[in-house]
Amino acid sequence: MRSATPWSDVITYLVEATGETLYMVGVSTVIATVLGVPVGVWLQLTAKGGLRPNTAVHRVLSFVTDLGRSMPFIVLLVALTSVTRLIVGGSIGSTAVIVPLAVGAIPFVGRLVQNILSEVHVTVVEAAITTGASTLKIVRSVLIRESLPALINAIGVTVIALIGYSAMAGVIGGGGLGDLAIREGYQRFNDRILWSTVAWLAVLTTVIQLGFTRAARAFDRRRHASV
Amino acid sequence: MITVENLTKSFQGVSALNGVTLDVEAGTVLGVVGPSGAGKSTLARCVALLERPDSGAIRVDGTDITSLDGSALRAARRQIGVVPQGDSLLRQRTAAGNIALPLESAGVPGPQRRTRVGELLDLVGLTDKAAAYPDQLSGGQRQRIAVARALAANPSVLLADEPTSALDPETTGSVLTVLDRARAELGVTVLVVTHDMNVVRKICDDVAVLEQGRVVEHGKVLDLVGNPVSRTSSALLPAVDLNPINESSYDRVADVVLVGFAAVGALLPEAAHRFGVELNIVGGGLTRLGETPVARFRLGLNGERSDSALEWIGEAGGAVQRSLKGPQGVAA
Ligand SMILES: Nc1ncnc2c1ncn2[C@@H]1O[C@H](COP(=O)(O)OP(=O)(O)O)[C@@H](O)[C@H]1O
Ligand SMILES: [Mg+2]
Repeated sequence: MRSATPWSDVITYLVEATGETLYMVGVSTVIATVLGVPVGVWLQLTAKGGLRPNTAVHRVLSFVTDLGRSMPFIVLLVALTSVTRLIVGGSIGSTAVIVPLAVGAIPFVGRLVQNILSEVHVTVVEAAITTGASTLKIVRSVLIRESLPALINAIGVTVIALIGYSAMAGVIGGGGLGDLAIREGYQRFNDRILWSTVAWLAVLTTVIQLGFTRAARAFDRRRHASV
Repeated sequence: MITVENLTKSFQGVSALNGVTLDVEAGTVLGVVGPSGAGKSTLARCVALLERPDSGAIRVDGTDITSLDGSALRAARRQIGVVPQGDSLLRQRTAAGNIALPLESAGVPGPQRRTRVGELLDLVGLTDKAAAYPDQLSGGQRQRIAVARALAANPSVLLADEPTSALDPETTGSVLTVLDRARAELGVTVLVVTHDMNVVRKICDDVAVLEQGRVVEHGKVLDLVGNPVSRTSSALLPAVDLNPINESSYDRVADVVLVGFAAVGALLPEAAHRFGVELNIVGGGLTRLGETPVARFRLGLNGERSDSALEWIGEAGGAVQRSLKGPQGVAA
């Protein structure tokens, strides 16, 4: 029977793992947003009733997006090793996890974004069309700006999902909170580490979720606007 | 200003417009009326360049706009201000921001944009609501902002689809006032789609009645009301209730339409006086078409020269619609 890990050590572990998780999730969220939003916009533009309906393009794009979304992350993690090596110059460590995380999240973000953009009322879009606005202008000033609160929430959802995926990062030595819970906590029967990590993850995800909800509300001018 | 020639449009084989021909003179207001499903919105959407007709032409200031593409299409859209059916404001932009949208599309620089937005807020009487978001405005105020937005880029044509359908009568008045000012102060040519005859009464110079994708009546409102068999006349003028008890005591009973201050005010007493007949109004009433008072009365006349009196009213400008009780109807 081992004595429990001292709390000071537990905290050191948590701090280090939190840093790794935030790094992996943060960078991959930024990449997934930068690349996923255009995918979502493109999906919506080419959809039936979109600004540039194109069934062929939409079908192909939808197929690829749904394929990407249905791929189990653990498979993506190992399957993308060679691509990862090419991009980041190595295939293990936190940085290496960013590639599969981002790749997995792009179609996820893309579909979320399309669903959100499709909610903008057709009369509002048509009104903008009648002003002589270009497609780019309508995308920016109408579709994206009108759905900004929902889009911010969607990024929040993506962050939470990526924290979940990043738990598998340990497979390629990425570290992070999930890895800490599994390797140090579960596999070594260290209940103190396991449950501290679980509790900390709960706090962390709640705070992140709350932050995004607040930010979304701050950008929302509907109903209780502050003027 | 706007000429629609033989326009057809069908959706999945179902015909919505079936050879529509219309014209709207520059600086006038045309009301397009008709039952639900008649094709009014389809017509408006074709003119708004949101829908491409299957065949026919739409000329604005002489140019056919139906086959434009790309930047020419966007330029033409700026020439046509549109107030779409239903809520169409950006909910994340202020009233001023919404009005600025067409100016942004047209590449108008910031300072000029602000000046123009100010002018339009003034035109629609909502200067104090510049910074309000659509959710803080009433339905009538939102609709006035939509009109201001449609007018922002100085279009020559203003198109409104059911601009008052969701509003109560009082608010309807404020929106109609704004449409009327657009015509009067900016010289814009207006095409307004509506099923509300009050819109026609208050602001329309001309009216077109659409039924099953066809124009079944088209002309000046004041001309059409004088025509007893026109749909416009029966829809716009006060009803003449049948009142057989009242009517039985007269030698002659006839319906008459009087247009204008002079006719409404003076024609009937003058006729009674000239021909020495007793002349009573037994039904109908008075309404107003724009600034013009218009009456449809059912008259009851007693006296030997009743027929001459009616004839004289007709010659003096009143439209005597029908003699309900002619010579043969007079009790012996
Ligand atoms: N986008 C559309 N797709 C299919 N049918 C349509 C569409 N728009 C209009 N229609 C049909 O065209 C006819 C005319 O409709 P509309 O122009 O909306 O009439 P109104 O505005 O006079 O009520 C109706 O039968 C309607 O169902
Ligand atoms: Mg309609």
